[in-house]
Amino acid sequence: MTTTAESVAEQRRSDVHLSYLRPHKKFPNLWCPGCGNGIVMSSLVRAIDKLGLPRDEVALVSGIGCSSRMPVYLDFQALHTTHGRALAFATGVKFARPDLKVIVITGDGDALSIGGNHLIHACRRNIDITTILINNYIYGMTGGQVSPTTPSGAYATTTPFGNTEKHFEPCDLAKGAGATFVARTTVYHTPQMDRVLADAIAHHGFSFVEVLSNCHTYFGRLNRLGSATALLQMFKEKTTSVGKTEESANGKIPIGVLHRDLETTELCDEYQKIVDSLSKGKQG
Amino acid sequence: MSRPKRQLMMGNQACVQGALRAGLRFYAGYPITPSTEVTEGCARELPKTGGRFLQMEDEIGAISAVVGASVAGVKAMTATSGPGYSLMVENIGYAYMIEAPCVIVNVQRGGPSTGLPTKTSQSDTMQTRWGPHGDYTAIAVAPSTVADTVTETIRAFNLAERFRTPVTILLDEVIGHMQEMISLPEPGEYQVVDRVKPTCPPEEYEPYGSTDNFVNPMPAYGDGYRWYATGLTHDAMGFPTNRPDEIVVNLDKLRRKIEDFRDEICKVRADWMDDAEFALVSYGSVSRTALLATKLAREAGVKVGCLQLQTVWPFPLAQLRELLQDCTAVIVAELNMGQIVREVERVAPPQARVHSLLRYDGEILTPIQFLEKIEEVRS
Repeated sequence: MTTTAESVAEQRRSDVHLSYLRPHKKFPNLWCPGCGNGIVMSSLVRAIDKLGLPRDEVALVSGIGCSSRMPVYLDFQALHTTHGRALAFATGVKFARPDLKVIVITGDGDALSIGGNHLIHACRRNIDITTILINNYIYGMTGGQVSPTTPSGAYATTTPFGNTEKHFEPCDLAKGAGATFVARTTVYHTPQMDRVLADAIAHHGFSFVEVLSNCHTYFGRLNRLGSATALLQMFKEKTTSVGKTEESANGKIPIGVLHRDLETTELCDEYQKIVDSLSKGKQG
Repeated sequence: MSRPKRQLMMGNQACVQGALRAGLRFYAGYPITPSTEVTEGCARELPKTGGRFLQMEDEIGAISAVVGASVAGVKAMTATSGPGYSLMVENIGYAYMIEAPCVIVNVQRGGPSTGLPTKTSQSDTMQTRWGPHGDYTAIAVAPSTVADTVTETIRAFNLAERFRTPVTILLDEVIGHMQEMISLPEPGEYQVVDRVKPTCPPEEYEPYGSTDNFVNPMPAYGDGYRWYATGLTHDAMGFPTNRPDEIVVNLDKLRRKIEDFRDEICKVRADWMDDAEFALVSYGSVSRTALLATKLAREAGVKVGCLQLQTVWPFPLAQLRELLQDCTAVIVAELNMGQIVREVERVAPPQARVHSLLRYDGEILTPIQFLEKIEEVRS
């Protein structure tokens, strides 16, 4: 039985979520029942709320795909752009208006396939943008096609005999390209996701968070992995906290903050120095 | 009063000067011949005025960053040539759909594909009108001199802000790289238009609601309106819709905000047209030769007039219909295989034959070619 104090606290938490939903937007959302995208959305809201960011100063930018529909439900500035281009649009928003907090919501197909070039260059620039890549290993919106994170051998509607290609490791890619904050979490580990997202948004530089998420509708069904809860269970069993030795990790996927670099300079800061020096030159 | 300072300037540099005067605050580009001087000029000049410059990873990234900057609240531009324009087409379409004001400079070279990087052309005229998929109405201006490039660039920004739409400046390699002595206009000598911002309380703001002129006030990010923009067909709130009635409202808005206000946009320069029997119709660099040929033909006693389309899109239907009404023949000159000529055919009076004078070998049309064509048409 829950105590009154617990139910009041629970009520307050859900009020937080409600207060960040768009007042005019009609629900339900378009995601399948049990989709991990909703879990990421509520975690994002808690992270923003915890950081106390004024909501007028937050801009959400997304591309195309199931996860990219998220900004329509949240009461922030929102730009739902074209397939793969979210980071290029976000770069324009942030570089033109460094005072804004810019957060990109993207998926594995959006960010790593059609948008791969924009991703590596945004990482390289170390522009102060937070990218949340919801990785469900498949193209969900178009009905279950192979993506750059689909494991070798896995089934998709365009790999009916098993995937013959190798997959990307998104976090390795982001780190290699120059992102200064890289983390991985899953939709099973929501308390960790809350912390990781808050840390990523607070990081001054390009932060990249990969959230492993369930598409039971396509990835789960085509690969006989079971229901949404079975996939969540899989994320619990196949992951382990970052920092373990190879032996104790036992082949499990590390989750948590994988890389944090506080030395590298941020793009908008560096450019501002040039603007400032030129305006001083003019005065002098 | 001191005499305005005259300086030797290239068309591409003049475009930068015009943009700065119009209020340019953000430029994103990618190097491509013959437009690179616009990008280089912005890299040099923008930070001096507190603006911002980015060289993006490709042209898709460049136009995306420009649209991002525009919705964030600043005036933004990019410049490219045919191959880059082809890459930008995706997000120029997005800008039409979300109604983001921005300016795209296309310094045309020969095509298709990589074509003729260092030679002139006007073969992107139709791509400017019909590049992105779907239904929308485009605005494009075409300067013919370096001085024109300054004023038409300012006009392009003003049109983009007034109509909340992408505007293309159609330069070509000749105008882009030609040097002429010009005096840059001083503040006060030109008008600068800024987008209208909403004044209603945020909870009453409809980003795509119905208005008298089909254009909605546009807040900057951070102004408190927290609106949503999507490339999907949307309702008055900007939310995706599949409702037939809302789809029609969305698409009609994109068309009518421009079509119903053509008089504000369409600009045609007419020389020697009062008693003209023959009219030369051209735009961009070709208009320079057309004007000289008109003068030479007049000296020889032939009643020729010269029309320069300073606005190419929307096509100046009403102006041309009136200006051409007494002509017996029209010669449409362009550096392509015949693109704007069909638009002219649609407005030419019944008694007038419409002829094409075309060149698509990378070279410019010469006055001799004009005079020979006029002779051919007369006989």
